[in-house]
Amino acid sequence: MRKLTLRTVALGYLALILLGPLSIVFWRAFEKGFGPAWSAVTTPDAVHAFRLTLEIAAIAVPANAIFGVLCALLIVRHPFPGKGLLNALVDLPLALSPVVVGFALFLLYGRTGWFGSWLSAHGIQILFAMPSMILATAFVSIPFVVREVVPVLREIGTDQEQAAETLGASQWQVFRRITYPAIRWAVAYGVVLTTARSLGEYGAVSVVSGRLAGQTETATLYVSDRYENFDIVGAYAASVVLALIAILVLLTMNILRPKEGVH
Amino acid sequence: MSPFAGLTLGVVVTYLSLVVALPLAALIWKSTKSGKTGFWQSLTSPEAVAALKLTLAASLAVALINAITGTVIAWVLVRDEFPGKGVVNALIDLPFALPTIVAGLTMLALYGPHSPVGIDVAYTRTAIVLALLFVTLPFVVRTVQPVLQELDRELEEAAESLGASSWQTFWRVVFPNLLPGILSGVALAFAKAVGEFGSVVIITGNLPFKTEVSSVYIFGQIESGNTSGAAAASVVLLAISFGVLLLIGALRRWATRHHA
Repeated sequence: MRKLTLRTVALGYLALILLGPLSIVFWRAFEKGFGPAWSAVTTPDAVHAFRLTLEIAAIAVPANAIFGVLCALLIVRHPFPGKGLLNALVDLPLALSPVVVGFALFLLYGRTGWFGSWLSAHGIQILFAMPSMILATAFVSIPFVVREVVPVLREIGTDQEQAAETLGASQWQVFRRITYPAIRWAVAYGVVLTTARSLGEYGAVSVVSGRLAGQTETATLYVSDRYENFDIVGAYAASVVLALIAILVLLTMNILRPKEGVH
Repeated sequence: MSPFAGLTLGVVVTYLSLVVALPLAALIWKSTKSGKTGFWQSLTSPEAVAALKLTLAASLAVALINAITGTVIAWVLVRDEFPGKGVVNALIDLPFALPTIVAGLTMLALYGPHSPVGIDVAYTRTAIVLALLFVTLPFVVRTVQPVLQELDRELEEAAESLGASSWQTFWRVVFPNLLPGILSGVALAFAKAVGEFGSVVIITGNLPFKTEVSSVYIFGQIESGNTSGAAAASVVLLAISFGVLLLIGALRRWATRHHA
């Protein structure tokens, strides 16, 4: 009886907060049929927005993946003074407002910023262009690979790595043959999280992009732009595409999750 | 330190400086540029204060609701069996995977002016709390769930065989074990709620003194060119984020000491 009450409370809450809102996006997008929704997501601006989002992720995600593995190796295997600060900076994006992230980049690369006059003198455009959007995306998605790999590295210990070194393996061979096979599922899981966070980023890119339709507008910015222009079908149709990507991410997470910590 | 480790350190520090540290340094530098009085004036402008108060109150409420609902959901996912449990478990992460702007739009569709269920809370503080509940859903569930999974059932059975009621067993045996997990989940949810932007920006209508939260306030100040005001409010949010992370670090050390 108590079990049933708890189950009802839990599922009822999830229906109100999670399932209701999700199902309504699909309903609203296809309210007027499939045709208008399809033409809404195939306009040149929409296509450009989705392509830009993918291009940004294609740079930010691999960069963060490499950084994440190196950073985790450093934290677990080669402790150094300042490790605490490093840890804090890596975790910070989990807790910091994306608007603040975007604004910090704005202050660094804007016309009156530290690098502003030098950049404009050399004709390099960072703010209101792709470089700042990549930097913003990389900032907000930096913690995920590190946070997935660190516990696995701790768990596997150094016995095998030391044995390999004793047998004459180079450090690269040790990483390639021993360490990497043990952490690859954690890396994959972290990469999925990083990708999800990158594709969905809104607040930070909204500050640094300048939001020019067809130029610096990502998929999420496109959604809000359509909404602000009272193009409700367009906003919901683009939202459906993003929601489908989110569901794909959940499926991938589910496939990868049981392998966490399995070596 | 070996050459390999040295190189790794170099790459990691350079990347982290470029992406995270340097922008934050620029932000802090900007906030000091207007001097102590200028900073204080920006910080205590009535609109900024109202936004911060609302942000903290809403985030606190959301964190506390999550403490209860998150624990109940984790409990049901670990201890209960029902058809479709796997799907429900996978859906918990949806708020993480779904872009926040889409989350805001969906909340507006369900609980806004054209609500199919007849609830219209658009442009109210209730709407802020609802949107924040959506985006913070995974945190407590995902920190409590693994602890519950590893919890030794024998402890509870022992308590019950010694005559403890199921309520007593929960409070005296289960709850103390879950507490560090609940608290770190609550802290993460609080931090996320304080900084949330995408999901609240649409549904609140950004009415200053009424539904304007700090991140939306900062965005507005940037748009209107008041970078000193934006910098002061940003530094406050940055300080809160660091504070929460320190707290979570302390909680983690406390939890591992309990396990040992």
